[in-house]
Amino acid sequence: MNNLAIPVWGYWLMGLCLAGFVWMLVYSLKKYRGMHRSLYAWPYGLWMVVFTVIPLLLIGYYAFTDKLGNFTLENFANFWDSNRSMKRELMVQGFDPAALGMDARGTVNVSTLVYSLWMALICTLVSLVLGYPTALIMADRSFKMGATIVVLFVIPMWMNFLLRTVAWMSLLEDSGLINSLLKLLGFSKVQLMYNSQAVLLGMIYNFLPFMVFPIYNALNKQDQRWSEAAMDLGANKWTTFWKVTFPISMPGIISGITMVFMPSVTTFFIPRVLGGGNTEMFGDLIERTFLTADDWNVGSALSLIMMVLILFSLGLLRRVDPEGEGGSMI
Amino acid sequence: MKKLLAFAIAALLTLGLLPAVKAEGVVNVFNWEDYINPDALTLFEEETGIKVNYMRFTTNEDMLVQVRTNPAAFDVIFPSDYAIERFIQEELLLPLDHALLPNTSNIVDWLKSPSYDPDNTYSVPYMWGTLGILYDSTRVQGPVDSWKVLFEDTYKGEVFMLDSFRDSMGLALKYLGYSMNTRNPAELQAATQLLIKQKQDGIVKAYQVDETKDKMVAGEGILGVVWSGDAQYAINLNENLAYVVPKESSNVWVDGMVIPKAAKNPENAHKLIDFLSRPDVAQMNTEYIEYSSPNQGAIDLMGESYLNNPNLNPSQETIDTCEFFHDVQDYITIYNTLWAQVKNAK
Amino acid sequence: MKALKRGYLGLILLFLYLPIAVLIIQSFNAGVSRAKWEGFSFRWYQELFKSPDIMQALYVTVTIALLAAAASTIIGTAAAVGINAMSRRPQSTMMMLTNIPMTMPDIVTGISLMLLFIFSRVERGYFTMLLAHITFDTPYVALSVLPKLRQMNKYSYEAALDLGATPGYAMLRVILPAIRPGVITGALLAFTLSLDDFTISYFTTSPLVQNLSTLIYSEARKGIKPTVNALSALMFVALLVLLVTVNHRTSRTTN
Repeated sequence: MNNLAIPVWGYWLMGLCLAGFVWMLVYSLKKYRGMHRSLYAWPYGLWMVVFTVIPLLLIGYYAFTDKLGNFTLENFANFWDSNRSMKRELMVQGFDPAALGMDARGTVNVSTLVYSLWMALICTLVSLVLGYPTALIMADRSFKMGATIVVLFVIPMWMNFLLRTVAWMSLLEDSGLINSLLKLLGFSKVQLMYNSQAVLLGMIYNFLPFMVFPIYNALNKQDQRWSEAAMDLGANKWTTFWKVTFPISMPGIISGITMVFMPSVTTFFIPRVLGGGNTEMFGDLIERTFLTADDWNVGSALSLIMMVLILFSLGLLRRVDPEGEGGSMI
Repeated sequence: MKKLLAFAIAALLTLGLLPAVKAEGVVNVFNWEDYINPDALTLFEEETGIKVNYMRFTTNEDMLVQVRTNPAAFDVIFPSDYAIERFIQEELLLPLDHALLPNTSNIVDWLKSPSYDPDNTYSVPYMWGTLGILYDSTRVQGPVDSWKVLFEDTYKGEVFMLDSFRDSMGLALKYLGYSMNTRNPAELQAATQLLIKQKQDGIVKAYQVDETKDKMVAGEGILGVVWSGDAQYAINLNENLAYVVPKESSNVWVDGMVIPKAAKNPENAHKLIDFLSRPDVAQMNTEYIEYSSPNQGAIDLMGESYLNNPNLNPSQETIDTCEFFHDVQDYITIYNTLWAQVKNAK
Repeated sequence: MKALKRGYLGLILLFLYLPIAVLIIQSFNAGVSRAKWEGFSFRWYQELFKSPDIMQALYVTVTIALLAAAASTIIGTAAAVGINAMSRRPQSTMMMLTNIPMTMPDIVTGISLMLLFIFSRVERGYFTMLLAHITFDTPYVALSVLPKLRQMNKYSYEAALDLGATPGYAMLRVILPAIRPGVITGALLAFTLSLDDFTISYFTTSPLVQNLSTLIYSEARKGIKPTVNALSALMFVALLVLLVTVNHRTSRTTN
């Protein structure tokens, strides 16, 4: 049973945050002598502090404490060696893990993270490879159907993504459409579901539009005259593309990668439904740790680790696109 | 324009608050999936005027967490035996007022004072059953009477295991000849290794809970670990299927009805429990969900068709050799960690 | 070359629409099982409207999306106006507060909010789900409006004040019209995000109050009932009609 009582210093910390907030508010009022536009942002600021900052602090609290509320780094140690708490428990019960052959380092958490990163990487790459030409064709002004194609692309995005993922089950199952077709043609059935490939397929299916649209936007915003000028100066189509079009579309690519990579790492619905419990990804792991194993401390530690990783990769991406121009898909 | 906007927003907000207003006379029920006859609930609502809010869970572990974090959200819960033990330990249950539950005198003798809740102080048995193997008789090779078949290469890629660590570890332990409630780490380790090997050899198609019965009806998979009632459901829809409780013995479980201490509507909760223990209602339920009934009155009403069904009415001998799950809360970290190893094995 | 391009696009679109087509076709299957086709029937459409679970989930989904979009648009637009008028230090603090939730994965947002509600002893349900939705929608609204504010003439507001307008009047008559496209985009974005949300709703609601996504999730683990197929078919048709009309209207006005 997790300890829900936040210690006294926790209350002090929250009080401090809110006090700091109020102080800034009063300061602004004094400075501007009454109503000023900037005050419009304070309700928002308060909301964010209460509903974003404090929850994150809670996660931080649980990540660094044990079930009784004492400070510990055990949860992170547990990330590295998932058998750690089990070994401790065995010793508490009076057994020797080494004698039982149970003292190996548990790699569950680490390998799941690595697996998730790997899957996310493949998904992002495939989406890029498939999505870039798509966006290119869509943005081609000489392509009359451009606008309609965009609409056609948007429609599936608006349909509930769970529904669309589950629809793949009908296609991939042993008794599903594809296998029934194969059976009709005389082939033996192929195991299309309950494996990594199915999960990857589901991920690409869900995230492809998020790669296509930023790239399409970036390409669309481009001034046609740049590429026209290049061609006038003697460059052929290929060179024009590589030296003019592609670099200008880079912010869109960065944006697309951001919008695909992060959700891919943390997805938990797709591996559950299409992977059949055979392919657990990091999102699954966190959910299971919180809700089935009821271990909020380790769960919070895992969440923190994941967030740090994501911030790190976003930081890397920022290096490539310092202006942050690619940040909007709007 | 401004006024219209303000009015629209106010209207939307009030609309949004409507679901939060609770009706008088409700009872909040937390039960397993597919585990009650909807007509029984309608009948209850008609007879008593109390509205039933029905919520579902898939495993005891999920349910335990939900109840711990939302103690006042439910009035009647249907946990399994070991979960009831756990609730009693954590002092989360209201002792039942048996004066309000006259129909519970219908409970069969062997469940009047079960080991997980002596004298049924906190719970009333609702359904019981066994854990066993559902198999496609047209595609099996040789007899299916032992847990062994789940671990052999013969059925590679065609076995559905339960995504529930007590049940899966339990059957592995039983196969190795140990108790399902063992606190001996060597035995747990052996069971874990067996399950890991099973996964690595590619024998398991998927780890699921409720999906297995429908998939086997559709002809996917040859063997599936299921509970007796799910097996009966599947057999009714696909006559090629059959169910067996392996000879090494298995788990016999009882799901009971309990009332949490923090429940908001305890009187309505008692009414519902009493209602469900009425022989005719118990019969309605049992015939719909097709599990085994602990209600003697219902059994009498169902007569031959129930008594002659070996899946739903196994011999006393079978019941006696099967084990109840008991709470292993002090070992939960160990169980959880080992199960994570199994799920993660590649 | 053109044919190649068309072919490629066609393949991608086929990929996108294949599952949807399957869903729609299956919604007319008279039988329950996904494997066997037992004849054409409207059975599941009838059952859809009789199913209280789905109808309630639909109600929850739509009302939450509307309410959250409304609330987050108001808060977010106000926020953008305020942030734009701030001096550098507070502005960067606010921008950081805006960027944090957007870089947080859904699952962490959901779990952290769950912890907040459990810790503050607030019973999870419709209200908490609404709060969560507003929380993740608002930054998107703010970020939609900010660019428009930056594009706007910096001095219009002050000019209005100099000419005697009250701050409120200036806000309504000067700023809002200029940023209107951003506000609308933001509102639509918030609405779409809330409509489709799964992960955050999953952690911030109780089993009693399901939105469409969480309902489908719990159904998916058992095997999708054909009523859900009927629902998706209807949603698809509704979307198609909506988007085509909007597209038609906007192309008319631009012409």
